[in-house]
Amino acid sequence: MTYTIQIINMLASMLLLIAFAMLSQRRILSLINLFAWQGLVLSLSTFVVAYSTDQHHLYYSAGLTLLLKVLVLPWLLHRLIRKLNVRWDVETLINIPTTMLVGIGLVIFAFNLAAPISQLSESITRGLIGIALASVLLSLLMMLTRRKAVPQVVGFLAMENGLFFAATSATHGMPLVVELGIALDVLVATFIFGIFFFQIRETFDSLDISNMEKLKDD
Amino acid sequence: MDIVGVLPLDVAGAVIVLWLALGLLGLALQHSPHLITNVIFPLGAIVSLALAATGLWALGVDASYAILPMGLPDLPFHLRLDPLSAFFLILLSGASFGVSLFSAGYFKSMQGNTLGLLCLEYHLFLASMALVLLADDAYMFMVAWETMALSSYFLVTTDHHVPDIRKAGFLYLLIAHVGAIGILLSFGVMQGGHGIGAYTFAAMREAHLSAFWSSVAFLLALFGFGAKAGLLPLHVWLPEAHPAAPSPVSALMSGIMLKTAIYGILRVTFDLLSVQQWWWGVLALALGLMTAIFGVMFAAVQGDMKRLLAYSSIENIGLLLVGIGLTIIFHVYGKNALAALSLTATLYHSLNHAFFKCLLFIGTGSILHATGERNMGRMGGLIHHMPWVAVLMLVGVLSISGLPPFNGFVSEWLLLQAFLLSPGLPNTYINMLIPVAAAVIALAAALAAYVMVKFYGIIFLGQPRGEAREHAHDAGIWERIGLSWLAFGCVVLGLAPVYVVRQLDLVTHVLVGRGLGNAAAGWLFLAPVDIERASYSPVYFLLAVLGVMLVTALVVHYFYHGRLRRGPAWDCGFPEQTSRMQDTAEGFGQPIRRIFEPFFRIESELPSAFDTHPRYHGRSDDRIWFALYLPIKSITEKLSSLASLLQHGRIHLYLTYTFVTLVVLLAFV
Repeated sequence: MTYTIQIINMLASMLLLIAFAMLSQRRILSLINLFAWQGLVLSLSTFVVAYSTDQHHLYYSAGLTLLLKVLVLPWLLHRLIRKLNVRWDVETLINIPTTMLVGIGLVIFAFNLAAPISQLSESITRGLIGIALASVLLSLLMMLTRRKAVPQVVGFLAMENGLFFAATSATHGMPLVVELGIALDVLVATFIFGIFFFQIRETFDSLDISNMEKLKDD
Repeated sequence: MDIVGVLPLDVAGAVIVLWLALGLLGLALQHSPHLITNVIFPLGAIVSLALAATGLWALGVDASYAILPMGLPDLPFHLRLDPLSAFFLILLSGASFGVSLFSAGYFKSMQGNTLGLLCLEYHLFLASMALVLLADDAYMFMVAWETMALSSYFLVTTDHHVPDIRKAGFLYLLIAHVGAIGILLSFGVMQGGHGIGAYTFAAMREAHLSAFWSSVAFLLALFGFGAKAGLLPLHVWLPEAHPAAPSPVSALMSGIMLKTAIYGILRVTFDLLSVQQWWWGVLALALGLMTAIFGVMFAAVQGDMKRLLAYSSIENIGLLLVGIGLTIIFHVYGKNALAALSLTATLYHSLNHAFFKCLLFIGTGSILHATGERNMGRMGGLIHHMPWVAVLMLVGVLSISGLPPFNGFVSEWLLLQAFLLSPGLPNTYINMLIPVAAAVIALAAALAAYVMVKFYGIIFLGQPRGEAREHAHDAGIWERIGLSWLAFGCVVLGLAPVYVVRQLDLVTHVLVGRGLGNAAAGWLFLAPVDIERASYSPVYFLLAVLGVMLVTALVVHYFYHGRLRRGPAWDCGFPEQTSRMQDTAEGFGQPIRRIFEPFFRIESELPSAFDTHPRYHGRSDDRIWFALYLPIKSITEKLSSLASLLQHGRIHLYLTYTFVTLVVLLAFV
């Protein structure tokens, strides 16, 4: 029992570490690879929680996460990048060290916030809510600070990872129906984003979303 | 009357399904427009007739209920058919029978794909109105109500390539939705937080609200339904939307859809709210009077025949609301016989208005097809080219003017009887108010007759005012049948008031606890309270009128030499006479414009006396539009421009908003 808790804790810390790595990553391809790694960690941790608490539907969740977030979505994103030919470096709005500092502040904030919540939870993994919240906030921060559309979408997907982790760790997962729904949503969202990328590039000849300011009517 | 387990509600439900099926069939048949006009619309009319029979049947039996296996999980739709619903179903189906038959002829020149869509929307509109009347929970009611608003919006914007029509449609949609919010809030108040099952009307009847909350519910309902009915400050969509819509659609909207709002007010006030307050009645009375006078005044100065009829609808809605207000006052003070009288007058007038207003609106459709003109100033003398339409519309015009022996007279007479019998209420102020109100009603009725003289005289009589009018053609066979049915309805409702009142008693029993009855024995005389006091026999009246006419004709024939000669009218010694010298629509409305000048916002430019090509231009606008709606519009625009300060079009900023909101909420909540 204690081993499983140790393993889950380790996986959680890896999740947070990957979130930071994504925040600091300058290259799009590595960013997507990191996203795939984060999915793998998430899938493993779900699997371990399922094993330790003997909840069958979590096995399905783990399998689904593995399939979708480690294989399908990264593959889709890779294909998208190949098609769009946008393997350039990631441009940020705020420089990376500052972003990291803000990120650390967010983590402290999240831990602070999660402390009273985790008292209420009875699951074995209750200490991890803070980590989950922190990774959600870090992903949001990443969406904020990136200039191009693709990293923003990766940030969106990573945010969903954090939410999923929060759900597994706090309450041993949502009902399977909800998880299936969310998984489908994420998949569909990726498709739609893909279509948007093409549209944006067609309109502006670039994926730089600051071009979209022109769409505003004065 | 129970036919092996089949309830009236089942038949009514089947009718609704049939209407929907016909609409879809119309959409599928859009490549053969002849089938749509010659088969689908007449079939829809026959379905209407079946619904009318069902309504008559349902008047006499107990309310029937049904729970549909549709709707959201745990929130099924409830239906109920009681005498009130049955009465309005008769109104809906009786009038729509004529309009559907007319449509079969009217739409025959329309293009296939437009016609297919129109056929779907038309039948959807009918079905949703029937569902509004049958709904027995707030959820079903709102769904049907919104379907009704949306389908009629699409019908209004049938000619959507005309910018003015799009604008009119938008105004209609906007006010319809503002009203729908009022209705929704009213249901919310009546539901009163009693949990998820309390959205049914049955639960609302059981909930006993405090005086304050029931007043809130009443006011919200009056606002919401008033927006649909065209109550005073919310009437602006009517004169825009009715001219924009195709004529049969205007007929349905004016004749029937406005009545669903009357139904809603009656349903909420007398059925769902268990206790009424006397001041509700005073409020409804005052609003109704203002609406009636306002509507008839504006009708008098219109030059567009459909706008004129739209304002006349506003007037009639005002009269109906006066009847409702009077009913509330009597009911609160326990004078249920009088309440039954004024409620009977209200219901009777709803039915009458449905028939004669549909008749007049589809009549304008025929005129529009024949002349291509909505402006009365370019018509005249059409009685020679369109004798059918002229005669049938004369029936409608006489009915709406409130002349015996037609139907308009009966209901207005009953309403005035209710006023005259009102002294003796325990509230002195109301006793002082009511004679004034009766005088205003009389004024409105007289002005309505004046408006109709103008309407009929300018269109059908005199000399043609334009060249193109010379080859105007009469209505086709379907159109004649539709017009004849509605005219026939006007005559029958006028000649058989005793029978109609006996049916209406079944409705008033449900709402105010007793019927009007008939003090006079037999079917010839209608006497609402006492045969000594006032009674009316349309049949004797008609016989007397016919008798006098016959005698006069015989006398004239006997004394006069009998040779008919046609000669030019006396020209007052003026050398040259043109059709421009006739009284015009503007000229006819001029006295009203002068007398009630402060109520209009008049722009006119008069030519100088020495101008060789004088041009006169005049416009009378609605002050309310400028005093109420334009300020609301500019405030809304200012607020939305404030909101646009937040909008920079930069995704990062939007994301920052999200992020900051999230962090703040996490930190403080």
